[in-house]
Amino acid sequence: MWLTRPLRERSTQLFLGVLFAALVAVTFLHLFMPQDSALHVSAFTVTLLGKYLCYALLAVAVDLVWGYLGILSLGHGAFFALGGYAMGMYLMRQIGDRGVYGDPVLPDFMVFMNWQELPWFWHGFDMAWFAFIMVLLAPGLLALVFGFLAFRSRVTGVYLSIITQALTFALMLAFFRNEMGFGGNNGLTDFKDILGFNLRTDATRLGLFIATGIALAIGYVICRGIVTSKLGRVSVACRDAEARTRFLGYRVERVQLFVFVVSAMLAGVAGALYVPQVGIINPSEFSPLFSIEIVVWVALGGRATLYGAVIGAILVNYAKTVFTGIMPDAWLFALGGLFVLVTVFLPKGIAGLLQKRRKAKTDNDTPTGQEATA
Amino acid sequence: MSICRSLTLLLIALVCLLSLPATAQENDPGKALLINLAEAPASKVEEAVNAIVSSGDERARGWLEAYGNNRLSRVKDTGQVVLVLNNRGRDWEIADPLTGENMGEMSRRELDRVAINNTIRGQLEGILAMLDLNAPDPKVREASAQDMMGKVDASLVEPLEAQLVQEDNAGVRDRIALALAIYRVGEGNVEAVDVLAGSLHPRARAALNEAARSDNQELAASATRALESIEQKLKLNRAAETLYFGLSLGSVLVLAAIGLAITFGVMGVINMAHGELIMLGAYTTWGMQQLFPGQPGLALILSIPAGFMVAATAGIIIERSVIQYLKGRPLETLLATFGISLILQQLVRTVISPQNRTVVTPEWMSGSLVINDALSLTLNRLYVLAFALIVFAGLMLIMRKTRLGLEVRAVTQNRAMARSMGIRATRVDIMTFALGSGVAGLAGVALSQLTNVGPNLGQNYIIDSFMVVVFGGVGNLWGTLIAGLSLGTINQLLEPWAGAVLAKIIVLVFIILFIQKRPKGLFPQKGRAAEG
Repeated sequence: MWLTRPLRERSTQLFLGVLFAALVAVTFLHLFMPQDSALHVSAFTVTLLGKYLCYALLAVAVDLVWGYLGILSLGHGAFFALGGYAMGMYLMRQIGDRGVYGDPVLPDFMVFMNWQELPWFWHGFDMAWFAFIMVLLAPGLLALVFGFLAFRSRVTGVYLSIITQALTFALMLAFFRNEMGFGGNNGLTDFKDILGFNLRTDATRLGLFIATGIALAIGYVICRGIVTSKLGRVSVACRDAEARTRFLGYRVERVQLFVFVVSAMLAGVAGALYVPQVGIINPSEFSPLFSIEIVVWVALGGRATLYGAVIGAILVNYAKTVFTGIMPDAWLFALGGLFVLVTVFLPKGIAGLLQKRRKAKTDNDTPTGQEATA
Repeated sequence: MSICRSLTLLLIALVCLLSLPATAQENDPGKALLINLAEAPASKVEEAVNAIVSSGDERARGWLEAYGNNRLSRVKDTGQVVLVLNNRGRDWEIADPLTGENMGEMSRRELDRVAINNTIRGQLEGILAMLDLNAPDPKVREASAQDMMGKVDASLVEPLEAQLVQEDNAGVRDRIALALAIYRVGEGNVEAVDVLAGSLHPRARAALNEAARSDNQELAASATRALESIEQKLKLNRAAETLYFGLSLGSVLVLAAIGLAITFGVMGVINMAHGELIMLGAYTTWGMQQLFPGQPGLALILSIPAGFMVAATAGIIIERSVIQYLKGRPLETLLATFGISLILQQLVRTVISPQNRTVVTPEWMSGSLVINDALSLTLNRLYVLAFALIVFAGLMLIMRKTRLGLEVRAVTQNRAMARSMGIRATRVDIMTFALGSGVAGLAGVALSQLTNVGPNLGQNYIIDSFMVVVFGGVGNLWGTLIAGLSLGTINQLLEPWAGAVLAKIIVLVFIILFIQKRPKGLFPQKGRAAEG
């Protein structure tokens, strides 16, 4: 079975071990340490860590397409946001008549805009199972249609990057419009509860954090399973020599489409877990800047390693939290500098540094320098 | 208030220059006329006003205007009529209406306002307009006739007809005839409809609309016909306007994208900081205007070379410090230059200000070119359109006719071969990148005249610019020109029924789909260049 194979790998075991240890440690420190202890992890920190884990899952999704398929997507924020909106719509419907206007069916912003009934695409989101399917389906479908068109006509490389960026930009403009029925500028917010649990209680926050950790673990194993399977090898071949792979008889565009759609779905799940923890989803998640930021997390961590993406996402976002707290002006300098330094001096990222230290142990599917940059 | 005041002063000064200075004040007929007006009982005011008008005195306009604005007063002690220049506060500033001489300030208690009633005030506008129709400057006459559209009433018909006969300027005559016809159509005159039929003036249309609804069958029928022909003309004009706006938007896109067409298209370098180079050009314009306060035109012209130099220098620094190390790795270049764009944006925010800066539009660029009543082209957009074409032509010349262009094309097509022929490829890289960046700076100078100059200026254009280059076909300057102009026009065509944002989305989706169909753009490169 392709899914159980990664579990026998030492690297995956190590990753999962560290992840679960971290989850257990945070849970323990949050629940059993007294409030005033230095070791106590507050609910705020738990949510912050949960947010980082969402980003980590998103970074893993990007690494799957960029690292193993050679497609630099500058529009993964779109899939993340779509998953987030699907979850947001469910949470909006859960508010019921507890909104400001007290309308039992219509969310507040619709009442505010004088809408009489729910738009058709909002139906069904009062049911959790439907919403959770849509979390996978909405980004998956977009990726399927977009990818089908793009890969069929062999749009690759820089062109693909630029049109993915245009895609997320177009979606951002669209979601900013009030007429779209997604809350326009303000997005969806003011959520009350999820699956019957109050979102404001510490227990729910901890639960969401653990759920995110488990989702990251599953996502990692799925990606690992894909890249170690035969399909994964073909996908690496597409990355390094697309034309050659095609001439060998492989249907390159199908491989690309499959991996792209899986990655988009993972991004959607990350978005769906992100929204209840942050408490808001608005069109700024579609902004091209966010999408390109994800790429730099992966670049810093190290392409085509998966665990590197996780490290990169957590490190950069931790730095962002610290910087924007201490000196907000310096953050963009730091981020910009990071882009330049990583690409010029650290082409293989932090994972590359780790690997250099232990040269003896190298994964045979880790790309080397030039090949990886196709 | 102060504009009003200075205008009045100016008018009076002019009047004084024109009137014979030798005239002794005591003998000035104006004095009698004014006193007559001030002393007239309510029933005689109209007569007194008419006396002033028919006197033909050149100062009459100023007097009557002041009268209408309650600015004509009498000094209680001497009985002299004076103009009030400033009626704020306790002491009013006054002037002699005969000489225009400033008489200093006087307590308002010592002044007695020359009374005016509403009937006279209502007529005064028409009377003043009639006075303007006699002005020596045909422009003043035309503007005054233009003002009269729809305001003509029975009392004005006769003097207007007289004016029509003696007027020798065709443009003014045309306007007067139109103003009269509007009145006559309102009165039910069928023949006047034909005069209005060719006009695009909104008042004429309003009058015809009114007539089309009237009970008079004949009038209504001919008015409807006239309206139809006007509608036709208007449609043409609207189409022309849309085309103009489209081309204008397109020229902005071309300007923003043409530099990219060189760095991305010719060199294959993805420069995500291109938008920020545009921003630097725009800020250079702002900086030049700070250096030359009060001379926005000169500053703007000097900004053209300055903007080019600033952006080109920035480009060279970027090329030397980052891009040269990432040769042959386009995706990494994309990320690194994006980082540079973030740094440049934040630099401007920190060093200058996060707020938008105002760039002044020089006088010769503001205003608009009036084609007819329904169509006028704003001058600044016209200039930018011309500028875009000039920049394009200049670049075309450089690429086709100069040694640099030849070397650039050689290096693009086959780097190794070009080097073995003795071309210094590294130097060519620097020059090309500097050229592309400099053109971005030029775009910034032009954009500063159309949009806000702020740290986000570049971000707003980067995606559009890439779209234009990709749509036009990478490595093809003509493709960029045509793609830019057509995308701008498509956007403007969509706007009326889709709205600005949706139009933009539709265009983006259109390009995304277009790339699927023709991955190499409108004009793909053929032959050897395509292999590179």
